[in-house]
Amino acid sequence: MKDYTVFDILGPVMIGPSSSHTAGAARLGKIAKDIASEGFYKVEFHLHGSFAKTYRGHGTDKALIAGILGLDPADEKLKESFKIAKDNNLEIEFIETDLGHHHPNTVKILFKYKDKDDFYVLGSSIGGGNIVVYNINGDEVEFTGLNPIMLVKYKDKKGVISKISSILSEMDINIATMQVSRERNLATMLCETDSKIIKEVEERISRIEGITYLRVINTIRS
Amino acid sequence: MFNTGSELLKLCEEKNAKIYDMVILKEMEATGLSKEEVLDKMKGTLEVMQASATAGLNKELISNTGITGGNSKRVEDYRKKGNTFAGEIVNSAMAMALSTSEVNASMGRICAAPTAGASGILPSTILSAKDKLNLSDDMLINGLYTAAGVGQIVARIATISGAEGGCQAECGVAAAMGAAAIVEMSGGSPQQALNAAGFALANILGLVCDPIGGLVEFPCNLRNASGVVNGLISADMALAGVQAPIPFDEIVEAMYKVGIALPETLRETALGGLAATPTARELTKHIIEQNK
Repeated sequence: MKDYTVFDILGPVMIGPSSSHTAGAARLGKIAKDIASEGFYKVEFHLHGSFAKTYRGHGTDKALIAGILGLDPADEKLKESFKIAKDNNLEIEFIETDLGHHHPNTVKILFKYKDKDDFYVLGSSIGGGNIVVYNINGDEVEFTGLNPIMLVKYKDKKGVISKISSILSEMDINIATMQVSRERNLATMLCETDSKIIKEVEERISRIEGITYLRVINTIRS
Repeated sequence: MFNTGSELLKLCEEKNAKIYDMVILKEMEATGLSKEEVLDKMKGTLEVMQASATAGLNKELISNTGITGGNSKRVEDYRKKGNTFAGEIVNSAMAMALSTSEVNASMGRICAAPTAGASGILPSTILSAKDKLNLSDDMLINGLYTAAGVGQIVARIATISGAEGGCQAECGVAAAMGAAAIVEMSGGSPQQALNAAGFALANILGLVCDPIGGLVEFPCNLRNASGVVNGLISADMALAGVQAPIPFDEIVEAMYKVGIALPETLRETALGGLAATPTARELTKHIIEQNK
């Protein structure tokens, strides 16, 4: 049985009407935007299950757009997100779809760029405003965004993981979880930590030989 | 520290403390924060609640779908005429509960308590107590901690999700949280506070979750209004000394068992109850069409 803090019961402070369909959707949008690189001209939201059925009534559409604009779930501007996106010349499309075996409140957020390939993040809103990200552009992952996250891609060879973990340890950052997968010669590592991953850590890790992609997301909780 | 009502009462007795004292202490242990920091954190929550409970009193707030709204102002205007049947406090409390419900449905800022669907009950309870008992913000914050303690126990041994336990788990629990808070803010004992919480749950045991189109609008708004009143009268009964033959923990367990025994059609799926009426189905169709 889970232990609930006071602010799990009296919270989150959020824009209504639904913690799972609105607050969670805003969080998913925001974390997807933080994972994707900047410069996208269009975003497609592929909605699954209950998200596909009730997204207009619950304002899931407004919340998702607010998220990719970087707004918090408690930001009252959330309601005007369609207009803000338009003012920023950002194209938006909602597509009702079946994403297969997933939680009913699942969305695949696809970012489109003029000068490079599409990029997507897939995640679910699992209740009370909490989320889980399950896929980043084809890499299967699983994290809630409650902890700081580091996502690294590198040419797989001996010693990379140990170099990363020793930098973290030197900087007094404890690793909470670590997930590593490999496709052909390219490895993907997702690391959740207990404390903030400061800029210096990011810079030192980015200098490790063979690293092709590095992204740090410190936290989505407001 | 405590997981059940009986453990909480035992602690309160040993330490000669209120429920809120123990909940604050538990929060300090869980988060590593000081007492000042913990209390300070609740100030922000109280501010959000005060704003949401009053925003709709003088202004018609219409929901995202357009099917509900403006009822907080209707009740408030009616109350002001001074000719209500149930009286000032009841009508004022209903108007404030409707206000937060309308803020929520119109995509304004609320604090889930314990959920967004039931978010109107606790703010209205706390502000009703403030008006009636002339309480300081510090005492209102204590009341919110009492409420949170009751919510923690229910969430741990039962559920606070409508999809799992029906409306009793959302509006019922919010009323129980509010009832306990009123008792402690009125100077009642921890035992009386949990009696009040138990009464509030017992009063609506079995209440189903059946909103139109699965959206947090109707009858959620009515159940926030009736929920706050349920809390107020439960508190009064406990303070009057009404007997509680079944302990709070057992009522909570019963609520959980009733909840999971409810058919899925009556647990936030929009397949049964009021959601399955011909008019609700028409409205749902209309909402979908209108937004296309």
